[in-house]
Amino acid sequence: MGKFWSFVFFLVPVLGVGLFVVAMNFHSLPLLNHWFPEDVSASGHVIDQLFMTILVLTGVVFVATEVCLAFFLWRYDAKANRDPVRYMHGSHTLEVVWTVLPAATLFFIAIYQMNAWADAKIRQPKDAGVIVEVRGRQFEWRFRYPGPDGKFNTPDDIHWDTDLHVPVDEEVLVHLKSEDVLHSFFLPNMRVKQDAVPGMMIPVWFRPTKIGSWDLVCAELCGWGHYKMRGRITVQSRADFDAWLVEIANKQHATQADATATADAAKPAK
Amino acid sequence: MSITAEGFHAQEAVHAHGHAGLGKFIGTYVFSRDHKIIGIQFLFSTLLWFLIGGLLALGVRWQLAWPWSNDMPLVSKMFFAHTGGQISPEFYTMMFTMHATVMIFFVIIPILAGAFGNYLIPLMIGADDMAFPTLNMLSYWFMWPSFLCIIASFFVHGGAAAAGWTSYPTLAALQEASPGGHMGQTLWLLGVTFAGVASMLGSVNYMTTIIQMRAPGMTMFRLPLTIWAMFITAVLQAFALPVLTAAGFMQLLDRSVGTGFFLPDGATANNAPYATGGGQPLLWQHLFWFYSHPAVYIMILPAMGMVSDIIACFARKPIFGYKPMVYSIAGIAGLGFVVWGHHMFISGMNPYLGMTFMVATIMIALPSAIKVFNWLGTLWGGKIQFTTAMLFAVSFVSMFIIGGLSGIFMAATPIDIFIHDTYFIVAHFHYVLFAGTAMGVFGSIYFWFPKMFGRTMNEFWGKVHFLLTFMFLNGVFFPMHILGVVGFPRRLADPYQYETFHHLLGMNRFITYCAIGMVCSQSIFAINFIYSIFFGPVAGRNPWHANSLEWCCPSPPGHGNFDFQPIVYRGPYEYGSPEVQTDYYPQHQPPPEGAAPATERYMDG
Ligand SMILES: [Cu+2]
Ligand SMILES: [Cu+2]
Repeated sequence: MGKFWSFVFFLVPVLGVGLFVVAMNFHSLPLLNHWFPEDVSASGHVIDQLFMTILVLTGVVFVATEVCLAFFLWRYDAKANRDPVRYMHGSHTLEVVWTVLPAATLFFIAIYQMNAWADAKIRQPKDAGVIVEVRGRQFEWRFRYPGPDGKFNTPDDIHWDTDLHVPVDEEVLVHLKSEDVLHSFFLPNMRVKQDAVPGMMIPVWFRPTKIGSWDLVCAELCGWGHYKMRGRITVQSRADFDAWLVEIANKQHATQADATATADAAKPAK
Repeated sequence: MSITAEGFHAQEAVHAHGHAGLGKFIGTYVFSRDHKIIGIQFLFSTLLWFLIGGLLALGVRWQLAWPWSNDMPLVSKMFFAHTGGQISPEFYTMMFTMHATVMIFFVIIPILAGAFGNYLIPLMIGADDMAFPTLNMLSYWFMWPSFLCIIASFFVHGGAAAAGWTSYPTLAALQEASPGGHMGQTLWLLGVTFAGVASMLGSVNYMTTIIQMRAPGMTMFRLPLTIWAMFITAVLQAFALPVLTAAGFMQLLDRSVGTGFFLPDGATANNAPYATGGGQPLLWQHLFWFYSHPAVYIMILPAMGMVSDIIACFARKPIFGYKPMVYSIAGIAGLGFVVWGHHMFISGMNPYLGMTFMVATIMIALPSAIKVFNWLGTLWGGKIQFTTAMLFAVSFVSMFIIGGLSGIFMAATPIDIFIHDTYFIVAHFHYVLFAGTAMGVFGSIYFWFPKMFGRTMNEFWGKVHFLLTFMFLNGVFFPMHILGVVGFPRRLADPYQYETFHHLLGMNRFITYCAIGMVCSQSIFAINFIYSIFFGPVAGRNPWHANSLEWCCPSPPGHGNFDFQPIVYRGPYEYGSPEVQTDYYPQHQPPPEGAAPATERYMDG
């Protein structure tokens, strides 16, 4: 039976690597499209490449250790192995080797990806083409643009709650807030994710590189309706984006005027 | 305070005068102060909760495979009649919250420390019982208020807690934020606090017992790795748990009297009045993970210890690198206190702090790697016996490699941005906790069952159970890595509404089929377990020819454990020693007359 069991354990690296190889290489085929969603941002590829680097490094260790394990099970099966047991308490040299080598590799990984992290979360861009406030609330997203004066909390702020509009090929700076509980602002195609925390304003930035419309996912549990807190991001050319802004600004003024009118009408006549 | 031979007999004499009848039964089997009975009580309770937790997981899987279906076999009509047979999103949220709560607080932690810690510590160190038997009894009975709170929470208005097992404010701290946010969440906090008290009582006891009550000759470096792991786990519990308890009380106060430790100014949800606030939601996350990250190691270190003992026994070879194994357990525990921030990389925490936590987290892979290499070293050159216990132990190693390596992806902060809160992390911690710990626990049950009940479990059905569980668990958890790479988020009742994820239904169905298979295969284990207690072949004292002290006392051991005073002459891993004819050399067996003192052998001298 030892042969059988070592074969079972040998299947682990075979099937494990197999599944990843299929997913990685055939994701353009209709039934096998199980890999990273299309990257439409300027820096998303950095994260994808880091993932691949670590996948290769860990993959090598995975295959080496699992094959070793299966081989030992096959080779040292008590039923088949005629050699005496190696009465042995360890090896100082080996311990040093398999401490220092992984330590160096792990330290390399840690240092290697710091730059990407700094670009994503620390080095806030100075040249943002558009600033937009995104607020999560149970169970929808709300957006606010500063309007012509470029400042929030002024009468010309433009409110919107259907989808997030941004111009293509410009740095987008999001001021992320929450009105009630935790939410998470997740743009799979931009490789962006950031929790929205009540009481905090957290900056998020990315640069879309393709015109189109993609999912905006809430990725932090925010209550029973978490699953339906769906949003979209619409990436437009600069001209289309500006036109859209003007259009909804006008609509908003019209409704505001209406509202004032109704409010005036509702006032009791003196 | 090691027990002496006289002390041992004096105790026997006391127990000879028992009470009669029902009082005696209750004293012996219900409110028992004997560590073995308490261990078995923990074992039965946690196995029962394992079933409940597993069924909750099946509910989650059902929804993900057939969202909003109204024809779940039996279940639809029985439990979901009021929602037209469907799982409501409210109930879905409750199910994954309670699945995690049950599995973590009622299964993994108490089965490792409560069941195996209790049962094995005195036996393996050669003591007649724990240092504080009454405290030990209380540690089990404090689980019951906890059990009752959690059971009751399903029946109160609004249902059970539905804010995730992490119970993040403000969702958890604002009564109005979720349907289970009224009584259910309060009961959840109480339940977790009681479970914490139980763990605390246990850990004080374990530390004292291991330090004070070792048999003569049992030096710290002759302890089996199981005991080392239990010891370090107890230390982790003792230092980390008070933080969770304090945080739990703070959240309780936030909810009941509006203290606002975790609520910012003007916090509100669902049109409720504004809270006064003055607090910070992130504070809870820091406090919670300050406990719950070390808790991850509380949930795996004891299994690592037990697996080491099983592997050495069935490889018939000394454990490779005993001291590095001990130091790496200590290293994991030490580093484990400074990595909690890796759960918070995208929480809004200071991103510079994220870098610090990232370095510490990546480095914690090192002691884990050292352990894996040493397990492989132990198998190398042995004479491997493929018993059921050994298969489970080896699968622990094989699966822990996957769970350990996938952790590096999350530790790398930029990658975490994408895979945080996706199924990649779900895959990762299930590889550690189910494929790792639970498989280690199964192995340990098959291994120590003869000691606990005096009979052995059926090996054939044990292997069938192993093979099915092993196949199905990989079918369930391995594809989840791929789902994570697509960005498939966790905790969504219906992820297929998103364009990015709607094509993932097929893979989710496959996972659910495997999950059903996995849960069903456990019935083989249940039948084998119950049948063997009564009808299994009688085991002698030492059915596996193992070395550690528990195998030298009767199976099952009587009150006071040993029928002679064990004296320890060597470490627990002397398999294949040239000093004796047998291929094992128990710790208590005196060396042959005139033999030279044993020396350890190393490959490089
Ligand atoms: Cu949400
Ligand atoms: Cu952690």
